[in-house]
Amino acid sequence: MEKAIDEKILHFGLGSEPQYLDPHLANSVSAHNVIIALIEGLVSEDPETLKPIPGVAEKWEVSEDGLVYTFHLRKNAKWSNGDPVTAQDFVFSYKRILNPELASQYASMLHGLKNARKYHEEGIPWDEAKVGAIAIDKHTLQLTLENPTPYFLELLNHYSWFPAHPPTIKKFDAFGKQGTAWTRPGNYIGNGPFVLSDHKVNSVIEVKKNPLYWDSNTVSLEGIRFYPIESADTEERAFRSGFLHLTQTVSPDRIDFLKTNHPNLIHFESYLGTYFYRFNVEEPPFDDVRVRLAFNLATDRQAIVEKVTKGGQLPALCFTPPGTGGFSPTSRFRFDPQKAQSLIQEYLEEKGLKSLPKIELKYNTSEGHKKVAEALQGMWKSHLGAEIQLLNMEWKVFLSTIAKRDFSLARAGWIGDYVDANTFLHMWRTGDGHNNTGWSNSRYDELLELAAQESDTKKRFSYFEECEKLIAENAPILPIYFYVHVTLRSPTVKGWYPTLLDHHPYKYVRLEKSEENN
Amino acid sequence: MVKFILVRILQAIPTLFLIATLTFFMTRMAPGGPFDSEKNIPDEIKEKLEAHFGLDKPLHEQFILYINNLLQGDLGPSFKYMGWDVSELIAKAFPVSAQLGILSLCIALLMGLPAGIIAALRKNSSYDYFLMISAMLGICLPTFVLGPLLILIFSSWLGWLPPLGWYSFSDMILPSLTLGLFYAAYIARLTRAGMLETLNQDYIRTARAKGASPIRVVLCHALKGGLLPVVTFLGPAFAGLISGSFIIESIFFIPGLGRFFVTAAFNRDYTMVLGTVLFYACLIIILNLVVDIIQASLDPKSRGR
Repeated sequence: MEKAIDEKILHFGLGSEPQYLDPHLANSVSAHNVIIALIEGLVSEDPETLKPIPGVAEKWEVSEDGLVYTFHLRKNAKWSNGDPVTAQDFVFSYKRILNPELASQYASMLHGLKNARKYHEEGIPWDEAKVGAIAIDKHTLQLTLENPTPYFLELLNHYSWFPAHPPTIKKFDAFGKQGTAWTRPGNYIGNGPFVLSDHKVNSVIEVKKNPLYWDSNTVSLEGIRFYPIESADTEERAFRSGFLHLTQTVSPDRIDFLKTNHPNLIHFESYLGTYFYRFNVEEPPFDDVRVRLAFNLATDRQAIVEKVTKGGQLPALCFTPPGTGGFSPTSRFRFDPQKAQSLIQEYLEEKGLKSLPKIELKYNTSEGHKKVAEALQGMWKSHLGAEIQLLNMEWKVFLSTIAKRDFSLARAGWIGDYVDANTFLHMWRTGDGHNNTGWSNSRYDELLELAAQESDTKKRFSYFEECEKLIAENAPILPIYFYVHVTLRSPTVKGWYPTLLDHHPYKYVRLEKSEENN
Repeated sequence: MVKFILVRILQAIPTLFLIATLTFFMTRMAPGGPFDSEKNIPDEIKEKLEAHFGLDKPLHEQFILYINNLLQGDLGPSFKYMGWDVSELIAKAFPVSAQLGILSLCIALLMGLPAGIIAALRKNSSYDYFLMISAMLGICLPTFVLGPLLILIFSSWLGWLPPLGWYSFSDMILPSLTLGLFYAAYIARLTRAGMLETLNQDYIRTARAKGASPIRVVLCHALKGGLLPVVTFLGPAFAGLISGSFIIESIFFIPGLGRFFVTAAFNRDYTMVLGTVLFYACLIIILNLVVDIIQASLDPKSRGR
């Protein structure tokens, strides 16, 4: 560890091997963690607040209606082979990710660009579609949006908006093709603070400081080594023997021990995500709103976070995590077993039933999910007399079960892609690919539409608030808690701040010898 | 002998074809696919993705295509490790697993054989009891207990060896030991049993009666027969050892074939599953053949068959 500090190499637990290192195809947190070392977007993030700060663009202007953004690119921004980063490169990149042939999973992140859908979904050629991305000159980029999007600059920090080096993409014929070799070390041309120097699949991804990066004076680290260690126990052993500076996760069973014995190493950081259950609102008994409300009312969320998860999670009394982009919904989900009982009684009498039918709760196999499910099983048994059967499933089987809506009650989780309530609330729109509950409400859809076109923050939040109210009244879901990112981090890592999206721009990270015992 | 080998190789072809067919259709029958993730992909994008990798064609067409490519030595691209071919990944991961396996086997033999011989020669002595009880412990203690235990002692407490990785020779010691001890225990018990049986044979008595020294009796006469059960065991064991162990590779974070194999199934990385299964099948077929040849040369009784 001492050696790593002298060499200024950060040893980073990555959790899993990323499927792609291509920013336009990436689809995971682990990919994000590597790509932000290699590529920089138009804007960058403040390491503490994640507020957009100049990146490749040194300044920008926004039109009064909030629809046109003009970015002025810095002249000293370079690709790692020395080419200048130009406005044309960005236009090329947007064209690539929206290219229907590429089949990018995150292309819809760019649908806010004017006419992007026309090109991406309707197959109209780029020029004819008049997509709102124009390179005015080499260093001026103009982006026109469909709607005023107050969180647009934050959105630019998602890798789907990152540039790729056009000559490299062309050389490997990767404009409309996946799985090419351009993302290998030696081929990868980026514009970020680091360059890809080694990649051994399932072993290590290594990046080294990029001397051509425009702000390389700020970069303190000489390199980062990312280890895709999947087992949380192995990761902890690696950390505790000084092999890693920080881990991706901590095994839930170890939290108590580490909290007591190593309080300076274990960190609990709020994470923009909600842990919840989905009801299938088209099948009895959850087709009846009273049953859904009763289950919600019979859920003691405080007890779950205090006695089961124990990682400092907050009970979810609404769906959007409070404080998301300044929006904090009213807490509407409460614990009231008496009210729950009377609702169930009413339901049973009306249906002429003696008790609720046996209900299956499906979750993907994991010790943590099992503990929560067992606790809820007990609560619902004692408060509602409900017989819940737990059924765990392997991850991919679980995913296809949810997509086919072959469940009555199932575990779910949602992590925000950007810091705005929209990333949470949009999933309950009618027919949204993530809805999967069968719930549909025309007023809800309308509210989201209104919010999308609204530039006044106060009004937008009032629409969101009404959305939250509809969710609480109709209860297509059962929110349980808001995520916390639990991690082990050495005190030698400086310039690393807890952030809602768990983003940590590496150029501000330093390694310093610490007095504290590691 | 040449005919025997040729026949065995010819027999392997339908076996491999059957394995490829079964694996192909079984992986496709499992729910979920390589591109399913928590973030849902819109259907039209998913269709394009599948078309991109030929997964939209009827299953039998995909199968014919796969076999065709296979005959040309192409195992296809991995769906999980984008930009890498399955054959490339196997070519990188197999040497790691093989290295680990060979080292473990050396440890197993170096510890197991002497222990078994001593136990047999000093039958029912305290040496015998001590060695055989240790061997029993070695067999019963699963590697996922032994591995972390060794890490605790040699890395966390003593700080002598690294807890994980596969970067330098010192990284190799703990995993090889973990894997090797289990096999050492087995080999010790098998050697003891084999030796005891041989030591009772008439030709050993004859050798002793002729005045051969005890060392000569053991090394030149008894060992050859006594090791037969060990050799039988070593064939499959060696295949198992060099093809990688998912548990050991996960505990010690070793980029071996075992980890690729198991995670491929979880990831529904169809080509990777097929590639590794076929590779293993070939490996086992070859090693079984080698064992049969060695056995024939050790045991005159099986030679004529």
